[in-house]
Amino acid sequence: MEAVIQRAKELLEQGEVKAVLGYAKGTGSARRPHFARQAGQLDKLVMDEACVQNLAVYVTKHEVKKLGKVAVVALPVTQRAILQLMAERQLRDGSLAILAVDDGAVKELDSASALEEHLALKAQVLNAKDKASLADLEAMDQGQRWAYWQKELSRCMKCYACRNTCPMCYCDHCTMDCNRPQWVPVASHGIGNLEYHMVRTMHLAGRCVECGDCGRACPVGIPVHLLTIGAEETVHELFGQRAGHKAKLDYALSTFKTDDKESFIR
Amino acid sequence: MRVLRVPCTGRIDYMMVLKALHKGADGVIVSGCHPNDCHYTSGNYHARRRWMVFKKMMEVMGVDMRRITFSWVSAAEGARWAQLVNEVTDQVRALGPYTEFRQVIGAGIE
Repeated sequence: MEAVIQRAKELLEQGEVKAVLGYAKGTGSARRPHFARQAGQLDKLVMDEACVQNLAVYVTKHEVKKLGKVAVVALPVTQRAILQLMAERQLRDGSLAILAVDDGAVKELDSASALEEHLALKAQVLNAKDKASLADLEAMDQGQRWAYWQKELSRCMKCYACRNTCPMCYCDHCTMDCNRPQWVPVASHGIGNLEYHMVRTMHLAGRCVECGDCGRACPVGIPVHLLTIGAEETVHELFGQRAGHKAKLDYALSTFKTDDKESFIR
Repeated sequence: MRVLRVPCTGRIDYMMVLKALHKGADGVIVSGCHPNDCHYTSGNYHARRRWMVFKKMMEVMGVDMRRITFSWVSAAEGARWAQLVNEVTDQVRALGPYTEFRQVIGAGIE
């Protein structure tokens, strides 16, 4: 962590960045995001196993963009999210200083191409727990899956924490907030919850970087991340592309190949 | 059966399918021109990709996919269209009302 703080200090003092975004101690063992705008605030930064949040969610906010160039302490998921945001033209190439901390040593990545190269070094691996949960879901029959999701989603109160914590959910105008026409009912009753989660999943298919923050953000413990990760894996299987690995990526659902293979259209 | 006319399969938002089920439909046919036959050049190719992802998502959610039929039928295939509609309506009648889904529509509404 000292190396990160040292480098961040240099960047701040030389005026290369206006702020450093990293993790600081939160309540109990939790870690919270921390913006250091002066060198004196840098010693609050921590880096350990408990730092899991995808900080890329902050870098598209107007308040943060307004600051100017920001340095971000970036885990691999954060790096993928930032690269995907660049591919979707939500961030300008070179608008962030990315301090990659995945190998213990600090690596500074300033451009989309540097990020791409860095990410290509390591294969993206789904964690064992999510992999097992997805396999369990796959093994259920249709009725069991329906019952499983109905039971889980019955706890949903539509707080939209899963949406708000997602770095890819950056739209100023979200379908969920649109009431003319109102496609998805606002209330958190059966059909409102079901349609919300279906739409969220579809909107993230081909764009999800599989950080799992949506599941972690859920206050009632619904494994909503399984839906988006599952959809992302589907896109990878069907179309052979993954979000967050390329600086230029055509969104899977707005492009096509004439030989896309399916077996269910009669 | 109720027909919803759209200009192209590319216009078929998956929300329309969800809304049909929400409004109490027991089965849905999603249909349009064959690939390579698109008036708008590539609408059905885009639609095909969307349906591939949508179908998988619906399966993961546990929706009964016997109730949603995807089929390519061109405007010149009147007989094929009639046959498809007859087949699907028979099939959906045999399945009966989609009670699982209807329970969810009513759930949580006092």
